Amino acid sequence: MTAPLSPRALTGSAVAEPVLVVSGLTKDYSGRSVLRGLDFALPPGQSTALIGANGSGKSTLLRCLVRLVEPTSGTVQMLGRDVGALSPGALRRFRAEVGIVWQRHNLVPRLSALSNVIHGAQARMSSPRVWIQSFAPASVRDEAMACLERVGLADRALVRVDSLSGGQQQRVAIARMLMQRPAFILADEPDASLDPQTGEEVMALLLALVRETGLSLLVISHRLEHTLRFSDRILGLANGRIALDLVTQRADAAGLRRFFNHVEAA
Amino acid sequence: MTAVAPSRFQHRSLLEYAALLLALALVLMALVSTAPAPDRLGSGIARLFAPSGLLTQMFPPDFTRIVPISGKLLETFQMAVAGCFLGLILALPFAILATDRLSPHPLVRHSARALIALFRTVPDLVWAIVFIIIVGLGPAAGVMAIMVDKIGFAGRFFAEAMEETDPGPQDALRAIGANRLGIIGSAVIPACLPSFIATSLFALEKSVRGSAALGLVGAGGIGVDLKVAFDLFNYDEALAIILMILALVVAVEQGSGWIRRKLI
Repeated sequence: MTAPLSPRALTGSAVAEPVLVVSGLTKDYSGRSVLRGLDFALPPGQSTALIGANGSGKSTLLRCLVRLVEPTSGTVQMLGRDVGALSPGALRRFRAEVGIVWQRHNLVPRLSALSNVIHGAQARMSSPRVWIQSFAPASVRDEAMACLERVGLADRALVRVDSLSGGQQQRVAIARMLMQRPAFILADEPDASLDPQTGEEVMALLLALVRETGLSLLVISHRLEHTLRFSDRILGLANGRIALDLVTQRADAAGLRRFFNHVEAA
Repeated sequence: MTAVAPSRFQHRSLLEYAALLLALALVLMALVSTAPAPDRLGSGIARLFAPSGLLTQMFPPDFTRIVPISGKLLETFQMAVAGCFLGLILALPFAILATDRLSPHPLVRHSARALIALFRTVPDLVWAIVFIIIVGLGPAAGVMAIMVDKIGFAGRFFAEAMEETDPGPQDALRAIGANRLGIIGSAVIPACLPSFIATSLFALEKSVRGSAALGLVGAGGIGVDLKVAFDLFNYDEALAIILMILALVVAVEQGSGWIRRKLI
């Protein structure tokens, strides 16, 4: 493993045509800098873990990538588009291509798993028929069932999501994300509110999607063992800057702990 | 060392005591100016029970005109249902436009809130008089009055319910690329449905109670018959009408309570 705070290794930049290029990205909140000029690029078909202490700006970075939070300055090139220059309509179409898995799964609690998954089709359809499974076209229902089957929940399709376990709800959220047919996945601590085994299953599922479909994944996780097992590359954020960038094969838990200790000491 | 218990009462400033005294003075002035004098109240109550008094003449209630009165009671109920239905349907878009997160523009939001407040603040009897001028005497004016009153009532509660919903699912759908209508239809309305149903049932109860009084100003329903019965001193028939209104209101309240328990 490389030294945790060594200059960034250009592990990702060796691959041509990156799916994500971030240049000079900054974000200030009331004069306080959360992101201070980030520069990095991600190649397609890789799982990249984003680590950092609480408040280091990881979630802000993820939201800035799709302009759920507007960056203060800098550019984001994602899936071949200059995200900052997109009009509201183009931004909506762009977001449809980016699947986001949240720490809180953010499902609609009173609706069934199938209805929630069908909501993912709103990425490309604006018809009221994709508001609820009862009115959805047969092709949409079939695709949603395939997504539920992919996450192992086809037999729970008509169960209300608020009666499912935390792990099952996170799987439904992943199925909804698959229904979007995304080209890029952002995951904000998808394992945070789950027990160790369920969290591991969810992370394994995300990595399997990367391996099987060639999707790109940028995932935030506080669990070092998940970072090491389920990513190809690790980016470490500290004080609003990329302070660590290394190939996961060259990383180990002790090195990552040193990174966190150094960040806390600083 | 043992902890010392804090003072039982908080220290108040002179200004706070002055405000309290002013509030008390306002209440006392209102009571002295408008409340009935005890001697007048006493003699009035005594007159109620005199041989020619109201209560004496009311009993026993006269149900000889039960068939036409039942027809009017049905009309009253129909006015309440139609006005309530139209009001609830129109309250939803008003509420959406009045909600911080869903309104397209602050100007639209403030306008929607102002209209809802106007509809709510003006009493339904006043709306009934306005609509009698517009559409003439009869149940149509009553339906319109109930509709406007319900836009004000349900619009406020619908908007509050939408403000209080978890923003997470809405943000997730926005991140997916769903449009505003999709977010409302997929996330907001399903999440608010229990609250919407409860508000709608309360609105129906309120409409039934209100619709009985609208006839007093000529806006249709059983209120017309009640006014005529009092005007002609047919107090026994008036009591029969009051008892039938009571039965209708209690039946609707029991029914809506049962539906609330079943659905929510």
